[in-house]
Amino acid sequence: MTFTHRHLLGIEYLRPEEIITLLDLADDYVKLNRAAEKHGAALTGLTQINMFFENSTRTQASFELAGKRLGADVMNMAMQASSISKGETLIDTAMTLNAMHPDLLIVRHPHSGAVDLLAQKVNCAVLNAGDGRHEHPTQALLDALTIRRAKGRLHRLNIAICGDIAHSRVARSNIILLGKMENRIRLIGPPTLMPAGINEFGVEVFDDMRHGLKDVDVVMMLRLQRERMDGGFIPSEREYYHRYGLDADKLANAKSDTIVMHPGPMNRGVEIDGTLADDINHSVIQEQVEMGVAVRMAAMDLLARNQRSVREAI
Amino acid sequence: MMDILFTNAKLIDPDARNIATGALATKNGKIAAIITDNSTLPDAAQIIDCDRKYLAPGIVDIGVKVCEPGERHKESFGTAGLAAAAGGVTTMVTRPDTDPAIDNPETLEFVIRRAREAAPVNVLPMAALTKGRQGRQMTEIGFLLDAGAVAFTDCDHVVTNSKVLARALSYAKSLGALVLGHPQDPGLSIGAAATSGKFASLRGLPAVPPMAERMGLDRDIAIVEMTGASYHADQITTSRALPPLERAKHNGFDITAGTSIHHLTLNALDVANYRTFFKIKPPLRDEDDRLAITRAVQTGLIDIISSMHTPQDEESKRLPFEAAASGAVALETLLPAAMQLFHSGAMDLPTLWRAMSLNPAKRLGLPSGRLSIQAPADLVIFDPHAPFVMDRSSLQSKSRNTPFDGTRMQGKVIRTYVAGNNVYQRT
Repeated sequence: MTFTHRHLLGIEYLRPEEIITLLDLADDYVKLNRAAEKHGAALTGLTQINMFFENSTRTQASFELAGKRLGADVMNMAMQASSISKGETLIDTAMTLNAMHPDLLIVRHPHSGAVDLLAQKVNCAVLNAGDGRHEHPTQALLDALTIRRAKGRLHRLNIAICGDIAHSRVARSNIILLGKMENRIRLIGPPTLMPAGINEFGVEVFDDMRHGLKDVDVVMMLRLQRERMDGGFIPSEREYYHRYGLDADKLANAKSDTIVMHPGPMNRGVEIDGTLADDINHSVIQEQVEMGVAVRMAAMDLLARNQRSVREAI
Repeated sequence: MMDILFTNAKLIDPDARNIATGALATKNGKIAAIITDNSTLPDAAQIIDCDRKYLAPGIVDIGVKVCEPGERHKESFGTAGLAAAAGGVTTMVTRPDTDPAIDNPETLEFVIRRAREAAPVNVLPMAALTKGRQGRQMTEIGFLLDAGAVAFTDCDHVVTNSKVLARALSYAKSLGALVLGHPQDPGLSIGAAATSGKFASLRGLPAVPPMAERMGLDRDIAIVEMTGASYHADQITTSRALPPLERAKHNGFDITAGTSIHHLTLNALDVANYRTFFKIKPPLRDEDDRLAITRAVQTGLIDIISSMHTPQDEESKRLPFEAAASGAVALETLLPAAMQLFHSGAMDLPTLWRAMSLNPAKRLGLPSGRLSIQAPADLVIFDPHAPFVMDRSSLQSKSRNTPFDGTRMQGKVIRTYVAGNNVYQRT
């Protein structure tokens, strides 16, 4: 097996063959998920704790379902409500949970690097479900699986990532993953939403969406956070939609068989036209959600296997 | 009859920019004789053979944070003083960014009393420029000067309101008081934990463009030109700030600049995987900036190297990078870290001692920082070659947040003297 990590903290740490291994396994889980009987046994007897220090419905549900389908005991902890308000530090919380012997810890945190920090302090496998603006590895992996299934390959594609790149962990993980798999990446957005040092990322940057979308195979839209819309980063919601919202007219510049992706939840009429989001000829947004469960099953399965082989070795 | 005679020493004279082998004698806490030829050595009560190691003026460190009053669990005058002595720092010029801030004569008197009781080295306190370091009303600069403040600064709180800064500087000018500024554009730097660039972007950290430092310096220079005040920029860390600094000096303004030892020896990439002991303020810069700053110290454009000793306890550092406290302890690592600059060939020992002893002493009008007759016998004997692996548990400071933990370093202090008294001896 070519996936040897103890944790899944970011795409940065994965080699291309490890990404392929994970996606291949996820393909199998897609089949399982589409069958009437959806139960696997890879995580039987294991305990999975979902620690979300930031609001999430979709990702948390996806991890919960993935764990349950593989037989894990799953516990959800809404972290904002509990210990944080009592002044307990992240590390104290982690140590407390660690004492309960979980096998898999799924963590989302508003600060970049917080999940890395936590992973240093616990004995179990840690999966990063999004840390600040840093990484969201399972999102990039599910996007990769979606692309591979729609396009038949995951290399030599022209892929545009559009919108708020600066504040997006989804964008970072995707840039790293798609770069590792040797694709051409274009970033499209206003300069105020581009991160510093972007010219050293090995990507092409466009502030004109029509130029940027020319002949692309894949269009990835990003969510624009509400708090960025009030004149600080962009003049207004409507000006943003006019210049960077994806509609049929702008999409006409892309290849005719281009696919449109969005990590959700969507702001219809802000970054993407509502009709286009539902257009089955282009939109793979629902597939992304489906692939999300499969990719998370695969990731947890691989981490559990590694954990088991380490235990047996001892 | 001399008190102490140091023989067989390599004497670093930063003023003359040379190193001579010879002997040095002290009497009544002052340097009484320097012998570098074959003439007869004077008699002394105590003779110390330096074994061909270096003897230099003790370090004068502008910008040390001792956490009294308020956070004595992080650092006290006792522990900071021991750390200073062990690091060859004979004068600590302390910061007023305590909690509460040192912004009135009563607090300053408390600090001076505590320092006198507890610290084995000289302690010269700075006071806040504005009340509570809030940038609104100036402090009682006159009373504070009378009580012993050697300079005025709001530390890393930039006085945002230019009118307040201009008035404070012009008032300070009338009293001949030195003001330390923190050149940084407050808007651009708010909330920043790193320097903008590829590294900060990949790590997803809120970052400040290096240009913010130049903008802050430009404004401060304009106000210095307007008021004629004595001004010292506490930390210049980017190449972009150097041309305006050079112009301001060329134009004859009373302006000097410092930098921190960390900005001279580390760069932004050292943060690696969110290592919070590398979180300092301003944040670590790119290697190009580090090199430019090193050259500027070498040429004398940047006058002073400081430790920017900032104790933080484990709790405030064991947090996600953005949430973790800034600052690093450095009193004990200043000298070995400076030796990295010496061993890499970036600068010679007299140049380093100009920046660490002579220039800060001159800037504050102190007689120390030099090897000359009648200068205070504040001295350090050290071996720049002695290797060791830095172990933070060996530090004297109460807080041990050093970025050099586990680093292979060279340069050990052997003995430290303050006014002719032995305050540290390596065992």
